[in-house]
Amino acid sequence: MNVLVIDTSNHVLGVAIMKNDQVIGQIMTNLTKNHSVRLMPAINQLMAEVGMDVEELDQIAVAKGPGSYTGVRIGLTTAKTLAWALGVPIVGVSSLEALSYQGRFFDGFVCPFFDARRGLVYTGVYEWKSGQLTNPVQDQNTLFVNVLKDLQAEGKPVLFLSPDIASFKELIMETLGDLAVMPEGPYHITNPAHLGLASLTRNPDNIHTLAPNYLRLAEAEANWLKNQKEKKSNG
Amino acid sequence: MGEFKMKNEKIILGIETSCDETAVAIVKNGTEILSDVVASQIESHKRFGGVVPEIASRHHVEQMTMVLEEAVEEANVEWKDIDAIAVTEGPGLVGALLVGVNAAKALAFAKKKPLVGVQHIAGHIYANRFEQEFTFPLLALIVSGGHTELVLMKEHGEFELLGETLDDAAGEAYDKVARMLELPYPGGPEVDRLAALGKETIDFPRAWLDEGSYDFSFSGLKSAVINKIHNAKQRGETLKKEDIAASFQASVIEVLTTKTLRAAKEKNVKQVIVAGGVAANRGLRTEMQVQFDEAGIPLLIPPLNLCTDNAAMIAAAGTIAFEQGKRDGLDLNANPSLELI
Ligand SMILES: [Zn+2]
Repeated sequence: MNVLVIDTSNHVLGVAIMKNDQVIGQIMTNLTKNHSVRLMPAINQLMAEVGMDVEELDQIAVAKGPGSYTGVRIGLTTAKTLAWALGVPIVGVSSLEALSYQGRFFDGFVCPFFDARRGLVYTGVYEWKSGQLTNPVQDQNTLFVNVLKDLQAEGKPVLFLSPDIASFKELIMETLGDLAVMPEGPYHITNPAHLGLASLTRNPDNIHTLAPNYLRLAEAEANWLKNQKEKKSNG
Repeated sequence: MGEFKMKNEKIILGIETSCDETAVAIVKNGTEILSDVVASQIESHKRFGGVVPEIASRHHVEQMTMVLEEAVEEANVEWKDIDAIAVTEGPGLVGALLVGVNAAKALAFAKKKPLVGVQHIAGHIYANRFEQEFTFPLLALIVSGGHTELVLMKEHGEFELLGETLDDAAGEAYDKVARMLELPYPGGPEVDRLAALGKETIDFPRAWLDEGSYDFSFSGLKSAVINKIHNAKQRGETLKKEDIAASFQASVIEVLTTKTLRAAKEKNVKQVIVAGGVAANRGLRTEMQVQFDEAGIPLLIPPLNLCTDNAAMIAAAGTIAFEQGKRDGLDLNANPSLELI
């Protein structure tokens, strides 16, 4: 089965072509550059390089967030349209889950996260148990300190994985001290082949209803709901 | 049996997501609509009193493949007969445009079709070609929430800007006045409806600008309306909403009609077309028809469903661009401030 993997949910632009669980090729950059301009040319280039025609694709895997709203939409729109046009299945994978594959051999909790601003992070807690990935704490948009405190209470080592690790190092050390493990640069970004691997563990999504997992309401919607609540409580 | 295609025919699939409509259409020869599907988001933006860009983008990504599927099924064409994918590349809301552009690129790649980026306003102009073939030179008045422009066309795909708004677009003025009158969203059609019930009792200003100018300005008029409502409130007077709407609309229509008529005569055009969301305004349509009938210049205003944003118009403009050899690469990007010329 030939799988095209697409990830533009964060800074990394990742494209991979896999034959089942084998990587045939991949393109990955970690740059603050326009995903919209570069994604399709990257797919085109990689397909040409591995000598595969678009009609030979059997499945599309895509990072569905959380991450940059626009980035997630670019990846999902491209992936969904490709899947629909080619008539092949699509599988959406959590961007956090894909990143947690960087901790495949870690004994303890894996905590991937993305900066969501204002002290908040998009994060979940994962754990590899006999080669299977488990997800004891689901992906959420939350204050990082709360997650850190919960992890500290568990008393197990925690591997932190994040492209935004630099801004949170101090906070992590303060809360977890020796329990925190923070590896070198390359481990903090998602490898598209890992995303492809994760996609093989699940059933395809419905092409039409697969939607971004923003983990957060649009600001206008959140404000509107808040106002409605206030109106109600003011009688 | 699908739609039968003749050798020289061009069938173009168009995608439009510049604002709050997710739209896909399939058009033959730029003149015949085979399908025209629009998923409107009006209901979700209503509670915010206007289009929220982030929410519009979210809806687009959720709707896109469904709208595509419906358009293709409805058109009953074979993929091999579709010649190109046309898509709005701008102007518009960047996040919204990005969904359409990336869908178009993926589609062009998967189906191995040429890709053609289309300017949204050119689309509005070409919506008229479903009604009647163009005769050049022609003059187009484009009036919408984002645009007020007078454009001269000497041939297909060639646009010369005669004048444009120096501040607010006509549709923007409508929205602001609607908000002042506390009318439900979308406000433009409401103002139009009320205006038909009221009388022009207030003499609002007409911005003619420099002599001979084809430019427009609506911010002065907008301020005059706001002041009028404000002053009346302070004095405890009540103005009829219908009369305010009628007086405001009379000013807008007189300026639009007069300038368009003058340009049409001066440029000796064979046809005048009105395009854009405000072309749906009944007051404007009626007055334009009267004035241009009197002047003996053929006037073309598309039916209401083609005035508002749709993808048939993008496919129609894309057909001309495609025939003229325009091709875009897979690096096509959304351009929120793309100009017509
Ligand atoms: Zn428009």
